[in-house]
Order: sequence, then C-alpha cells, then structure tokens
Amino acid sequence: MTFSGFKVIKEALTGHKGWGPLWRTPEPKAQYDVVIVGGGGHGLATAYYLAKVYGVTNVAVLEKGWIGSGNVGRNTTIIRSNYLLPGNQPFYEFSMKLWENLEQDTNFNSMVSQRGIINLFHSDGQRDAYRRRGNAMMLSGAGARLLSQADLRERAPFLNFDNARFPIKGGLMQERAGTARHDGVAWGYARGADMRGVDIIQNCEVTGFRMDAGRVTGVETTRGVIGAGKVGVAVAGNSGRVMAMAGRRLPIESQVLQAFVSEGLKPVIPGVITFGAGHFYISQSDKGGLVFGGDLDGYNSYAQRGGLPVVEDVLEGGMALMPMLGRARLLRNWGGIVDMSMDGSPIIDRTDIGDLYFNGAWNYGGFKATPASGYAFAHLLARDEPHETARAFRFDRFARGYVIDEKGVGAQPNLH
Amino acid sequence: MTRLSGGLIDRNRPLKFTFNGTAYSGFAGDTLASALLANGVQLMGRSFKYHRPRGVFSAGSEEPNALVELREGARQEPNTRATVAELYDGLSARSQNHVGPLHRDLLAVNDLFSPFFAAGFYYKTFMWPRAFWEKLYEPLIRNAAGLGRLSMLPDPDSYDKGFLHCDLLVIGAGPAGLAAALTAGRAGARVILGDEDFHLGGRLLMESDLLDGAPAEAWVATVKAELESLPNVRIMTRTTVFGVYDHGIFGAVERVSDHLPEPGSTVRQTLWRITAKRSVLAAGATERHIPFADNDRPGIMLAGAMRAYANRWAASPVRQGNDAIAIFTNGDDGHRTARDLLAKGANLLGVIDTRKGAAAQGDYKVFDGAMVTGTKGRLGLRAIEITRDGQSSWHDAGALGVAGGWNPNVHLSSHHRGRPVWDEARLAFVPGQNGPAGMIPAGAAAGQGGTAQALASGAAGAIAALAEIGITAHPIALPTAKDASADQEAFWHVPGKRRAWVDFQNDVTVKDIKLAHQENMRPVEHLKRWTTLGMATDQGKTANVSALAVMAELTGKSLPETGTTIFRPPYTGVSLGVLGGGDTGKGFRPERLTPTHHWAKARGAEFVEVGPWMRAQYFPQAGERTWRETVDREVLAVRAGVGLCDVTTLGKIDVQGADAGEFLNRIYANMMGTLKVGMVRYGLMLREDGHLYDDGTCARLAEDHYVVTTTTANAGAVYRNMEFAHQCLWPDLDVQLISTTDAWAQIAVAGPKSRELLSRIVDGFDLSNEAFPFMACANLTVCGGLRARLFRISFSGELAYEIAVPARYGAALMERLMTRGQDLGATPYGTEALGVLRIEKGHAAGAELNGQTTAQMLGLGRMVSQKKDSIGAIMSRREGLAQEKRRLVGLKSLAPQTMAVSGAHLFEQGATRSMETDQGWVTSACYSPHLQGYIALAYLENGDARMGETLVAANPLEGTEVPVEVVSAHFIDPEGGRLRD
Amino acid sequence: MLIPHPLLGPRNAQEFTYLGDAQLLRRPDPQAPDAEAAFCDYVFQRSNPAGVHQELWFHEQGDRSWLVVTRNTVTHEILGAELACDVAKREGAQ
Repeated sequence: MTFSGFKVIKEALTGHKGWGPLWRTPEPKAQYDVVIVGGGGHGLATAYYLAKVYGVTNVAVLEKGWIGSGNVGRNTTIIRSNYLLPGNQPFYEFSMKLWENLEQDTNFNSMVSQRGIINLFHSDGQRDAYRRRGNAMMLSGAGARLLSQADLRERAPFLNFDNARFPIKGGLMQERAGTARHDGVAWGYARGADMRGVDIIQNCEVTGFRMDAGRVTGVETTRGVIGAGKVGVAVAGNSGRVMAMAGRRLPIESQVLQAFVSEGLKPVIPGVITFGAGHFYISQSDKGGLVFGGDLDGYNSYAQRGGLPVVEDVLEGGMALMPMLGRARLLRNWGGIVDMSMDGSPIIDRTDIGDLYFNGAWNYGGFKATPASGYAFAHLLARDEPHETARAFRFDRFARGYVIDEKGVGAQPNLH
Repeated sequence: MTRLSGGLIDRNRPLKFTFNGTAYSGFAGDTLASALLANGVQLMGRSFKYHRPRGVFSAGSEEPNALVELREGARQEPNTRATVAELYDGLSARSQNHVGPLHRDLLAVNDLFSPFFAAGFYYKTFMWPRAFWEKLYEPLIRNAAGLGRLSMLPDPDSYDKGFLHCDLLVIGAGPAGLAAALTAGRAGARVILGDEDFHLGGRLLMESDLLDGAPAEAWVATVKAELESLPNVRIMTRTTVFGVYDHGIFGAVERVSDHLPEPGSTVRQTLWRITAKRSVLAAGATERHIPFADNDRPGIMLAGAMRAYANRWAASPVRQGNDAIAIFTNGDDGHRTARDLLAKGANLLGVIDTRKGAAAQGDYKVFDGAMVTGTKGRLGLRAIEITRDGQSSWHDAGALGVAGGWNPNVHLSSHHRGRPVWDEARLAFVPGQNGPAGMIPAGAAAGQGGTAQALASGAAGAIAALAEIGITAHPIALPTAKDASADQEAFWHVPGKRRAWVDFQNDVTVKDIKLAHQENMRPVEHLKRWTTLGMATDQGKTANVSALAVMAELTGKSLPETGTTIFRPPYTGVSLGVLGGGDTGKGFRPERLTPTHHWAKARGAEFVEVGPWMRAQYFPQAGERTWRETVDREVLAVRAGVGLCDVTTLGKIDVQGADAGEFLNRIYANMMGTLKVGMVRYGLMLREDGHLYDDGTCARLAEDHYVVTTTTANAGAVYRNMEFAHQCLWPDLDVQLISTTDAWAQIAVAGPKSRELLSRIVDGFDLSNEAFPFMACANLTVCGGLRARLFRISFSGELAYEIAVPARYGAALMERLMTRGQDLGATPYGTEALGVLRIEKGHAAGAELNGQTTAQMLGLGRMVSQKKDSIGAIMSRREGLAQEKRRLVGLKSLAPQTMAVSGAHLFEQGATRSMETDQGWVTSACYSPHLQGYIALAYLENGDARMGETLVAANPLEGTEVPVEVVSAHFIDPEGGRLRD
Repeated sequence: MLIPHPLLGPRNAQEFTYLGDAQLLRRPDPQAPDAEAAFCDYVFQRSNPAGVHQELWFHEQGDRSWLVVTRNTVTHEILGAELACDVAKREGAQ
C-alpha cells in the first residue's frame, strides 16, 4: 500500500478502515538466500537495499524481540556527515545523501530534519582541529561553516557566553546535518523491505550458526533452523555475543550509553548543539522534548542501564552551557548498548568464515550511518566486494596498521 | 466556593494566589489543584494534540492534565503538576499549550481535524513536496507541539547535592512505609524514610478509615513524633526517590524550597545519592480509569482522587456547591468514594457499577450492570449518559469519579529491567521477583492495598530486609485497621464508536489502539511508539495498563501475554538544574592555578584555559595595542635577553628504585637506562598500538632516581599508564612512582642571558658550560638555601634552563628572578610566546602529537629503539605505520601579510581541491617576529623530500588560500649551537 | 556502582578509571617469532562476554592501585576484586 495525500484524506474520512499491516508476520521459511541477523536500523536497511537496489528478495531479517528495539529505537536521533578522516568522511556523506532522499525513497515519513549541527569550540586548539575537519568536509562536498562567537550569539542567544568556565569562542556548523525520527527510520525500512518480499521475523532469536566445511549454511533460532546462502550479522551492541557463537572475538567492547529526554516544551533549541568543554549534546524533537546525551558510562555492559554519575555529568555540562535549562524536567533516561571499537570506526566486512558477513562497531554514532550502512552491507552481501565508500571498514586494518581513529585515542573503546 | 468541612488544611493561614491572572485564595496545606477545585475551577489546561479542555484528573504526581507554568520571570517552571504544587502566598500559575485564552484556545481547531491526526498519521504524510517538510510542515508541528515554555533566562536558583548512607531506605511514607520505618527504627537500624508529599501518611491522609478507632492522622502524628525522636532515622518529606541504580544506590531529589515564594538563602532542590543496604518499596498505588466516550471533560477524574480532595483538602470537584456528582466503577472502591462524598454532604447522583447486581453500600442510588456511555459539557462536565441493559438516559452531573482499580506503583522495581508479573486475583501487575537486588516491595506497591495489609506488609518487609543484613527487628504493635473490600471485575473500557481517551495528555484513544492493532503495531513498545501512548510527562501512569487491556482484547491474548510495561528513571520529572548539581557558570569545573598565578594577575596578565589549568597567555604592557604586539615583544625578549615562563603545568613524575632505569627503558621508545646521572634526555612515549603518545624530558638525578616530565594535557594519563605498567605488567621491578606535578613549581628561564641571571641566585653552583652543559641536571640550592632542581633544557631553542622549587616558593622565585634580572631585561612570557618560540624551533606540541601521528611523522622514527622492548615498539612496525610517508615540515608564507592557518589543507599548485589530492595539513601557525613573517608547521606527504616546493594552504571553510614554501621545521638555529653555548 | 576495594572496602565507582578486559595484564612475549600477531590480538581483540567479565579498574581518585574486578556485564553484580599486582605476580609465577 502506497501512502499518498489522497489515501490519507480518504482514510481520515472513512474511519481508517483501509489501512493494512505495515508489514506481514510471516512464518520463517526453511531456506533463504540471505539471512540478516538483527532487526534494527542497520539490518532492516540492509534488507531494504538488498531487495530494492540489488534485487535480492529471498531474504529474512531475524529479530530476537520487536524490530527497532535496539539502538535505532533508543538513540538521540542525530544525523550528520562531519568527519575528518578519508576512511570515514565519504561514507558518512553518502549516508547523508541517502537521508536527504529517504522519505521519497521509502514512501514513509521518517521526519528527516536538516536543521543543522553546531560543534562549539572553546580554545584555539579546538578551533584549529575543527578547521581541519571543516576543510575535510568541504573537500568531500559535505559542506561546513565556521561560526564566530557573534554568529552564535545570533543563532543561540541562550548559550552561556558571559559567565562560562570555558568561554565559547565559536563553532563548526554543518547545515545539512540534523535529526530524524528514529523509530520511523526502522519502520520505513521495514515496510519497504516487506513490500518487496523480505520476511521480517520477530521474536526469533539466533542461538547458533550451522557450519559446513568452514562455511556457514544457516542459523539455529528459537523458531528452528533456518538455512541461508549467506548470513549477515548486524546486531550492534550484541556483536560480541553473536559472533562468539561462531567462535570469533572482535575488536569491540559493548558499553552502555545513556540518553535523555525532557518533558515537552515549546521550541527552544534550533538544530543540534554540542558542547566542546564537557560532554553534552542536545536537540529538540518535533514533539517538544529536549533530547540530549553525553559520555559513555565507560565500562563493559549489556544491561541497557547506566549510572547516576553520568547523569550528573551530562547535566553539569548542560547547565554550564545552557543555564536556562534548569527549570525544565527530565522525563526519561535510558541506556543503549553500543559496540565500541578499537579505533572508533565501523566494520563492514567478510569474516574468515565462508558466507558469514559482519556489520558492526558503530560506536556511539550508528544511527546517522543507518542508510549507508544498510546500502554498503547490501552491496557486500550481493556483490561480495566492499562498497566504494566503505572500503576502509575492514577487519584487517587493525593488524595492518590502518586504523581510522578520529579522536586519536588508540585502542581504548570508552574514549572514542 | 466549593470548600467542604474538615480536611488537613490550616484555615487560619489563608494564602493568596493567581491562576491565569485571576486572584484566588486557598489555605496552607492546599495544593494548587485542591485550591483551584475549592474555588470552583475545573478547567485547568489543554491536551497535547487536540487541545481538548482538561481539568484535574488525579490528586498526585501521576497527573496528566492539570499542568501549569508556575512562577514568573526566570523562575518560570513549565509543566508543573498542579496536583503536587504546594500552595504558597503569592503563587502565580498559568495554564499552557493554548493560543488565546484557556477557555477559547484557537488551536482547539485541531480537534475538528482529529480524524486526520490518528495514530501514526505523521509517518504517512507531509512528504510532498519534499522541501515542504522542513520549511512548512515541521515548523507548524513544532509550534503546535510542546507543552509549557521555558523563560529562556538563566535559572537564578542554586542547587546542591550530597551523599547519604543507610541500612534501610523506605520509599513512601504511607501505612506500609511508616510501619516499615518504625519497625526498623526501633531495631536501631539506620533508616531513611522518603516521601514525595509534604505530609507523612500517604494514602492514609486521603481516606476516612479509622486506625485504632481514631482518624488516621492521629496515628501518623504519633509515628512521626517517634521517628523524629530516633537519632538513627532520617525523615525526608518533599523527597522523590526517582531512580534505582546499581549496588543499592538511589537517586532522590529533595524539593527544599519549592513550597516557598523564593528560596532565599537556601537552595531550591538537593540531589541525594543514597546508598542503602536494603530498601522497602512502599510507593503505593495509582488508580486507573475506565475509558468511555468523551471521558476527558473537566470534572471527570479518578474516583480515588475525588475522595482525596474531599477528605484531605476539603475540596469538592464540582463548580458549584450543589452540582451532582456521579461515580463510575467496576468494583467496590468506587463505592468508598460515594460513601465519603455523602459524608461530606455532596449531592450524589449515584454509582454506576459495571457489575450486575451490585448493591449500594450507603444511602445512594446504584445503577448496577451499567456504564457511562457519553458526556456533555465543553469546558466542564454538565451531563452524563448512563446505559443499562441497552437503555440510555442522560443525567445532569457536574463531576464524575471513575474507579477502574489500582495499579501498584511498581516503577522503581523495574528500573533494572525486572518485569512486573500479572496478578489475576488483583487484576494488576505487581513487582516480580527480579527487581533490584535488596528491594522488598510492600503495601499497595506490592498489591497489599488494604490498610491493615499495608501496615502488616510494611512491618514484615522491614524485618525481612534487616534480617538479610544481620539486624534483628521485632514485630511492633500495629494499630487496628480494616481492609476495605477490593472486589472488582475485569471491566477495561466501554465499547463504543466515539473517542474514548486512554492516555489523556497525549490524546491516545481506544480507536488509536485499534488502529495500531490493525496496522500490526502490536508489540507493546510498537504500540507506545506508534501512538505515543505513555510518552507524556506522566509516563502513562494512569494509561498503560488500560491500553494493554484493550490490545489484549483485540489480539485475543491474555493481558500478560500481550506485554508488560516497564518504567525508566526518573519516577517523576526531575529538574535539570538539580541533576546538574549547581556547579554552573564559572563553577562548572574547578580551576587549577599555577604557583605564579596571583603574581601574574597582579602584573595584568591575560589568562587562558588549558585543560583544567589557567595559564598566563601574555603580559600586556602600557601602550601595546594588540595582543600580537605584546607577544612579539615577549618572543624577541627571549631571543635577545632572558624570559621567564611558569611551566609548572607540565606533568612531573618521580621514578625511584633500583630498577628505575629498566622500567623507563620499557616506558620510553628510546633508551633511558643508559642515561648518565646528572643528565637529561628527550623521550618519546608510544601507546601499545605503536602510535605516538607523549613526549617530554627524563632527568636522572641519581642512580635510582629519575624525574619524568610529560605534556600538560597527558600528565594524568601518563602517570596512570606508568602505574599500569608497573602494577600490571612488570610487578617484579623494584620501582616506585609518584606524581609531583603539584609539588614543584617550575619556571623556564630562557634566552642568551639566562645563565647570567641564574648565576645570581644559585648558591655557589658552577653553571659554566663545562660544569653544567646542555641537557645537564642537578639538585642544588638557590637564594640562600632553598632546595631546587635545575635542568638545562630548552623548548625555545635558546640557551635555557628550567628551575624547580617546592611549589609554595614558586611565586617568590619568580619575583626574585625578575628583580635580579631587571638589568638583563628579564621578561615574563606567556603561552602565546611559548608557542611562537617552539614553532620557530620546530618543536612538537599538542597539535602535532594529536594521537593520530607517529614517531616517523615527527622525523623521530629512529628514536624508537630496535634494541629493546618498550610499550608500542612491536606495533609501531606494522605495515601501515612503517610505510607512513607524511613528515613534519616547516612552511613559510609566500604572501607577505597572510598566514597559512592551522587546519588548512595542503595541495599542489593547480591541483583540484579534493580528498584524493590532499597532501597534508597545517598543524600550527604563527607570526614569527624573529623571521618577520608568517610561518607554520605541517604534516606533508613525503615532506622530507619536498624542501623548497611551493604548495597551497587551502582553507575553503573560510575561503582563503595561501601559497607556501616547504622548509625545514627548524626555522631558527637548525644546528642547535645556541643550546650548547 | 560500588567497587569492593581489597584494601579500602567498598568505594564508589566514580573514584575509578576503567581500562577494560583483564587480558591486558597478559602482555605477549616481544621476543616470540609471532610477536606482532600476538600483540595485535592482545591490543585489539576482546572476548567481550555477556556475563562474567574480569576487568581492570584504576583507583585514580584514591590509592592509585590497579584492581582486577570480576563483574557480571548483564547484571552488574560484582563477584570480587583483587589487586592487579597480586594477579600479575601470581600469573607471572605460573
């Protein structure tokens, strides 16, 4: 069923009787060409692009709970392509271009809103680093602007300019960045994939891999064995858990990242703003909630909950930057499990097991990558070669010494 | 006025307040909601989506409707629940989320278009044409959405935070909580009793039940007096325990002065981190409603709330004294409200009971086997439709209480993702076995909602909890009480075609849930996200279970099979100000001050934030018009005479022990074990992954004593890593480490006249080049007996020293050097001049050591010793690092007045500007007064082989391009003669 | 979280800095012929279990000892803590 203005009006006037399921609830088949483990944003996007771009439709997406229950449903919804390094920037810019056309492509309003991101800087050294990055963004076509303090006073007069421990000196802005409605992204891809024949199978947890002569032939699940020509794993925070079933260790640690939303408020925050002297970033949802976050809790965890110290740290940053926030209230706070890698950059690659492919290590920025990640993983699964924008995201970059370390902190996942 | 008799309000303390500009009065003990009701005000707000008129729905923090902007100016506080806003004299509140006056909201037009705004509507439309989403649709939606407004002014109040510890934390001070606290208190346990209300007693205050034959508040007062007398018990009213964290840590907010017109000299709120060995969750229960057609009009509220307003606040829910009140219930609890209202003299229309054969429990009419199927009254309830056996009739009513059963407040028990379990007998979710470790639910929160049950389970909970930590508590005498009948039937919503609200604030109706079911949004989380059910400020406290029941009916599954809802912190909204803890403005982070800070300040220095440190940036003198003028003077003074700079911020680590040399061999990429006593060596540290990590000097003061210096930024991390290497990798080495960064003040004395200056303060120490050559170090005394360490090292490229004295003498040493060096032109210089001097010399700093670079890139690849193992040595040989071709070079600007800025990228002349043709980037840049031109350092592909080449430093970000010549990074004295003279 | 410091008793986790998997105690032999591969494994690969995890914490705002803490990554329950130098010495002796 295609959504259209006509359809929406017709249904409104006739009691919404004509809306059907957004996706089917199929029983798993015995065999698929491709089985994707993980019904999150990346898994669903992979299935969508496999079907739409690469014509591979005999595909199942296996989700242990409900689709979108992982990080795509619990992030702070920021999209951006403001990276520095040549291994990353073209990929994220490709993602941004897919975002820009996502609704028309999927016929589903994921509420992509290019309201801009501003990374504030507070020292000359930070400014120089942002200038280097901004220039990389210019070179990749992503676009960037260096904002002076005067520019910022105009755009965001509520920032603490005059009584700050770390005065705001300016900001790097990407105007094309912004936010999207996170659940809507998962749903749009799910519906688009389902319409093209992909089976989305919820409540189906993978419990093991079937192997034959060094190749994977299928997966064992809580709903039986499902055969597969190829298996793609896209399970983010659960990467370690799932790949352990294939006997593999990864350059990844699973850690908890908290996110926060305030009670609904009339519009106050334009776009996305990040603090450069404390770990705090913020935007405002269409519904009016302030959506914000900060640092990782910093230890290995699969618990989807964080601790009070990080809550305090985030709000210390928030109050230092925007002292007018004090009388708003926190509505909800939750944790997501993020797959932090040893250089802070992702992996989209074959594994050393035949027909087993891996997509992960999204660190704490997987959401913005969703379209390109799905596209590139679909490309890899369909063509068995990396997508041109994802060539650097290989497993062997660590052993060979070609890490993509935007922050320059080395093999210390909680610092990326 | 619709004020009733009795109640726990102080009629001797009238309070004035305004709502939407109209003046009213209430009494001490009122909430804003009770005072408004007592003034006959039903209409208090507007709903989120359809802007439906709304009145107060509850009497507690679960309130979905009566949200107001409280206070004026910078203290304006949006989305405040009128039900928990304690009345104070002069309170001012305004309703929110409407355009025009509350009773004539222009956005109420949304309600007419509600067929278009069904669940999930946004996802299906607003896509055409593409550009309209951001330019038209989204701004419209944004402005219509949201609830209250922030003032946009800095919060003027202060906040505090603190730690508390106890054996038993009792959450909630109703019957269960009081019994638990008293039991534990008498046992001598350290007890904290927290309640969000400003009175102890919880539900006891809302009911007419007798304890020991007397009104319950008498027992509450007795218990309160005893608890207050126990030194081991801390009572915390106005305190919400909002979250449960790992290992028995709870977050709680105490609203210290929200009940006052202004905080005065105290804080507004305090954030408490309570570490409790055990806890009793006695958070009570929240009543649920029964959705029916048009059930959201002002005047319709929870029956238990109606009872609470009548009993505790002596407030009637109707606009005028004699308006009829009806109760709609599926069980005996609704009859309790009817009895209490009758006792207060209310005009009771009757009780509409869904149960066939239900009988009156007092002198009122019962419509048994009946339902409410419709209502009238745009801004306040006027009439209800009662349907019984297919026959409908309209009845005038000014208020309707709805009693659908009680949901235990399981919230905190699910903060660790433990799932509540369905109790079919009680028709409610109760806390499961997998709640947070050490938490025992009691009272209504555990489904033990009868007064006697609650008292007993609270006391038993405390005994059980304390037994686990070895404290014996004995049963206490509990007052005699009755358990009211909780008989009810599973009746979840009234079927019908009109809209029946489930989630009031977010305007989610039974129809929306049906549509979600039809569209396969059936998992409870999909239902919530698709319809926004439970996402409002009340977190669906009155809505979620009813919604699950509707979905269960549609799927034909049982309610627990359909799903459970778990809750996340915080239990109720917590102000961002208190979570920030009050360290705002300049207090955001502490400042670290150097020993000469006050001296520099007195000389008029400008300061700059360098991590946590404040450092002198430059020292302007009278007549200097720009910072550059000042910095140029300082640089030239160093090159020509002698300059002084506080470099205390560099990390200093003392390394002592027989194996100190061997240990440092393993820490540094280059050899340190062979360093002669009395000498200093420049050292590179790598991360274990082979990348360059930190650099600095290493001095050997004795056979078994080294002093390591680090960069300012990495001082803490290098020390941590060295402790790691010592404790975790090589615990058998005889070495001890201590950070002495704060113990020693260190001053750089740089310039051709530095030896002369120093010779004037040392106590007979031979500074001659022969006795104390470049890279020498020594312990000595200065200024007549002050112990000091002297290092002949140079960051500027001049003859230079760094002298360290105990930190408390740092300022005195600086003053002495300035005095004694007056005739030599001794000049203090700051971080800017320091930066220029090191760029001129080609020394690396933070921009070059950014964690992405290697020793090769600095041109120091050969320093990584191949003869020994050290951290990072093996990994530095990996292919990608070994083949690294970028090198540090110098750049001279070929455009006379233009600087190649840091962050510019390098391109060959005529090359396209792209990531593929990118040749490197500028790391540091400055004006060199020595060379009288702009210079820079840069990393450049094959940099070593490109001396003399002309490149372009492109900065498309700011639209500038500068031609530059590639030169050696050592702009001055490349042979190093000045250092060694 | 509270970390049961073997010398100091329960301490708030805020006082500590986290490093990661306690395998980082087991630095490979740099002289071994396959040293580079062994170091790559040591530096980059993690078992990252959902369950019991041995991990290194540094008491940075305290006595500056490195601890090996045994903690369940699913429940956050802490099963024990030892001085890392004791563990390292014990393993070195084996």
